[in-house]
Amino acid sequence: MIPLYWFLMLSAVLFSLGLFAVITRRNTISILMGIELMLNAANINILAFWRYLYAPRGDMDGLIFTLIVFVTAAAEVAVGLGLIVSAYRKRRTVVANDLDSLKG
Amino acid sequence: MFNIHPLIWLIPLPPLLGFVLIVLFTRRSNRTSHNVALVGSGLSFVASMVVFFKAVTTDGLAGSPISASINWLPTGADWLRIGVLVDPLTAVMLFFVAWTVLMIFIYSIGYHNFGQPAGRNDRPGFSPEGAEAKEHGKAHKVPSVEPMYARFFALLSLFAFAMYLLVVSDNLLTLYIGWEIMGFCSYFLIGFWYGKESARKAGIKAFITTRIGDVFMLLGMVALYSVTGTLNFHEIFSNPQTMLMLTSTQSPAFGLNWAGLIGLLLFCGTVGKSAQFPLHVWLPDAMEGPTPVSAMIHAATMVSAGVYLSARLFPLMSAGWHHGGALTAPMAAMAVIGGFTALFTSTIALAQHDIKRVLAYSTISQLGYMIAALGIGAYTAAVFHLVTHAFFKALLFLGSGSVIHGMEHGVLHTGNHIDPQDMRHMGGLRRRMPLTFWTFLAGGLALSGFPLITAGFWSKDEILNGTFTGGHIGLFIVLAITAFLTAFYTARQITLVFFGKPRSTAAEHAHETKPVMTVPLMILAIFAIGAGWAGIPHAFPVLGAISPAWFQSFIGSMLSPQSIEEAHSNIPLIVSVLVSLGGLLLGWLVYRCMETAEEKDPLQKISGSVYNLLQNKYWIDELYQKALINPSLWLADKVVYQFIDLKIIDGILHGLGRAGVGLGNLLRAKFDLPVVNGAGDGLAGSTRGLGVFLHKLQNGRVQTYLLIAVACTVVLVLVICFLIGEGVIGVTE
Amino acid sequence: MTGMQVIFLINAVVTIIAGVMMVTARRLIHSALWLILTLFGVAVVFGLLEASFFAIVQVVVYIGAIAILVIFAIMLTREAVDDSFRKNHRWILTAIIGIIALAGLLLAFFTWPQAGAFTVSLTDAQRDIGEMGLALLDPEGYLVPFEVSSILLLAALIGAVHVGISRKGGDQ
Repeated sequence: MIPLYWFLMLSAVLFSLGLFAVITRRNTISILMGIELMLNAANINILAFWRYLYAPRGDMDGLIFTLIVFVTAAAEVAVGLGLIVSAYRKRRTVVANDLDSLKG
Repeated sequence: MFNIHPLIWLIPLPPLLGFVLIVLFTRRSNRTSHNVALVGSGLSFVASMVVFFKAVTTDGLAGSPISASINWLPTGADWLRIGVLVDPLTAVMLFFVAWTVLMIFIYSIGYHNFGQPAGRNDRPGFSPEGAEAKEHGKAHKVPSVEPMYARFFALLSLFAFAMYLLVVSDNLLTLYIGWEIMGFCSYFLIGFWYGKESARKAGIKAFITTRIGDVFMLLGMVALYSVTGTLNFHEIFSNPQTMLMLTSTQSPAFGLNWAGLIGLLLFCGTVGKSAQFPLHVWLPDAMEGPTPVSAMIHAATMVSAGVYLSARLFPLMSAGWHHGGALTAPMAAMAVIGGFTALFTSTIALAQHDIKRVLAYSTISQLGYMIAALGIGAYTAAVFHLVTHAFFKALLFLGSGSVIHGMEHGVLHTGNHIDPQDMRHMGGLRRRMPLTFWTFLAGGLALSGFPLITAGFWSKDEILNGTFTGGHIGLFIVLAITAFLTAFYTARQITLVFFGKPRSTAAEHAHETKPVMTVPLMILAIFAIGAGWAGIPHAFPVLGAISPAWFQSFIGSMLSPQSIEEAHSNIPLIVSVLVSLGGLLLGWLVYRCMETAEEKDPLQKISGSVYNLLQNKYWIDELYQKALINPSLWLADKVVYQFIDLKIIDGILHGLGRAGVGLGNLLRAKFDLPVVNGAGDGLAGSTRGLGVFLHKLQNGRVQTYLLIAVACTVVLVLVICFLIGEGVIGVTE
Repeated sequence: MTGMQVIFLINAVVTIIAGVMMVTARRLIHSALWLILTLFGVAVVFGLLEASFFAIVQVVVYIGAIAILVIFAIMLTREAVDDSFRKNHRWILTAIIGIIALAGLLLAFFTWPQAGAFTVSLTDAQRDIGEMGLALLDPEGYLVPFEVSSILLLAALIGAVHVGISRKGGDQ
């Protein structure tokens, strides 16, 4: 039997990697990929807690939650990539730091 | 009989659907848009009528109303339930709301010149200025279609949805949602011609002024929920323990019991929405909107909603009161505010020239009537007046719109630019616009309470009778004077607009509006006359014997037996007949001889300064501007910005800077040593470095922001877990 | 150490290495390919958690759709930018913060007294994904979240088309 905290540690490592990508990568697509990694880490967390704490009670919440995260991730990627492509057409760049029209 | 519940749920939905459809799909086509809106309101109308007749034929409806509810929001262990409720009050509300709303929808098609060409200079946000058209070989100006025609119908549909929602909901929360949607729509519709600055300001004014009342209402709702644990009307009012608890428990404020405090707070909502003193200022300005909107807001829906709220909550407001006993705090507040507003605004109406403004002030005054009636416990009379007033005031507003429309036609035709809403430029429209005249006359007579034949007489008589037999002689006198003034300014208005000779070329060329506008007028006129016959009291001489007094028994069943009064006296009846006829006659005599538009108002000749006071509405607006708005602007500018921001905060910073400089100079002078010098430089350098670093934080790059956020979160979590707590998970043990 | 634990450890090492490569890869397209491997590792983790349905969904949605979409986007916005994180002067600071956070978390997990406590194996009924399907469409269950998320997807679809569509004259 795999201990619960192994999953949590793996999830923590993946989450940190994703966060690192989001903050340091310059390309918006890389940033989006980092976000995906973070969402995956969160999913591992949710499913692990579900498996060890809730599934024995017959509770469905964890599964449903994961499903909704999937849906959100899909929606986010679709809109995010659409925005990136659109911004690229207008500004000829996908570097996050160059997209600063809203700078005050 | 089929199950009526689904139908009640469905009443508010068609207009909402209409709104969505128009906004999303049909806004480019005027014809489709108004068809969608008409079908939406028509479906609601049909459903309302079915529900109404079902309600009327149900015995003992007040004791066991038709209701249904579903779970909506989980609130911990419990659910917040929403649902619908049809009791006698809802039924009569549905009746008049459905009729007036439908009539206003139909009328709007004509008012916004559907089918006319688009004007060359017309732009969205401005009222249409007319288009060139060729007829019989010669070019002349004709009215042009509204540029934002579809938008108008969309907003009107949303408005209708909110009103229906408010009427059928069985709890304060959904009522409040409808209430706020109406506030939002009124902002949009009053400021419909947003190109005009006055319209923009009026929209904002209406929104913000009613919001003042709404905030108190929300507080009242929160208090009610925390005390009783529910917002459902029936659950609260039909549960004797809850009511007893509300009346016997002391609230923390003003030594009132909870029922009194909550009643007062909720009544503040009515004050805002129904434009009672001191929050009445928004309603006259709301005349900036298109006339159908005025009719919608000031007759059928919004202001009625305020009175409806008070009537709906009457058991709460009057908790602990029995007929003939001392008034409770909310009731006393209602009686005083209502009576004062009624008299106060009817005097203002005497001196207005704008045809719609006169009606606006008369609306406020009549609402004051109803509030006062509720305040002294004349519940049936108040609801009765609410219904009849909705009909005749909708009629009057739509009639005035028809007059304005006719005048605009004259203005366009002659090219003589005068204000088409100014009554001084009208006159003699009786022959030019006969249908409008007769219907307006019916509405005007109803408003002034012309004896026997009009609806207004019966409902007003009921209220006067209630105040008299209830022993509130002071209020009775106030309301009687108000009735007199009402009859007087109504006669003034009708005389100035329709009788005599035309006082401008535009009035000479005015002509009758299209059937799409006059037919709703005629239907409403029928109600303005006939709606009163449903409520002729039994005790009325001669007629009372054959009257079924249906309204009294239907609405009266809502009340607990000790609040019902049966007494009837002939004194208020005689007074009511006298003031009505006297006012009408006097008004006609005074104003029938006005010959030209420039002539001074006869009242002005008699009492110049008083007249000025009235014409300027007692300078209430100016007072608010000076006493409330200017000080808050001043506070924002002078105190917050110039003083706190510039003087104190910047001052501290500059002071620190100067102190630092001074200290540096001191050090330099006294200990001009390389070590100190170096340290000072280092300090300056690090300060500068800090500034540069902080400046970097504000660089418009999302990733930097995210980095800061993450860093702060990490630090916070570490502090919380390892310094304050005992490790991450150890805390839970 | 059981077989399951061995599988988990191998998979975890692969996943983490792939994740590190994804974050550090100099070229965007390599980064995307490493992402796919990471996602696959996560799918295996889902399988180990006895949520085989989600393992499959992970492969289908993430690898089959999202990763491919990312690669398409990379090709559409081809740009000769060196995307290494070292170009970003904040990377050291970020790494420090990240390592602190990670260390805190790992420390917390290690010191968790109950960490090994939950060792209940599931019955077949509890693994039955059909139950979840029924719960999703049950008005007393999760019907509303389910419908709301489907509306969200639809809105995202329309929004993505609207944002991504090329308008004539609009662009220079």
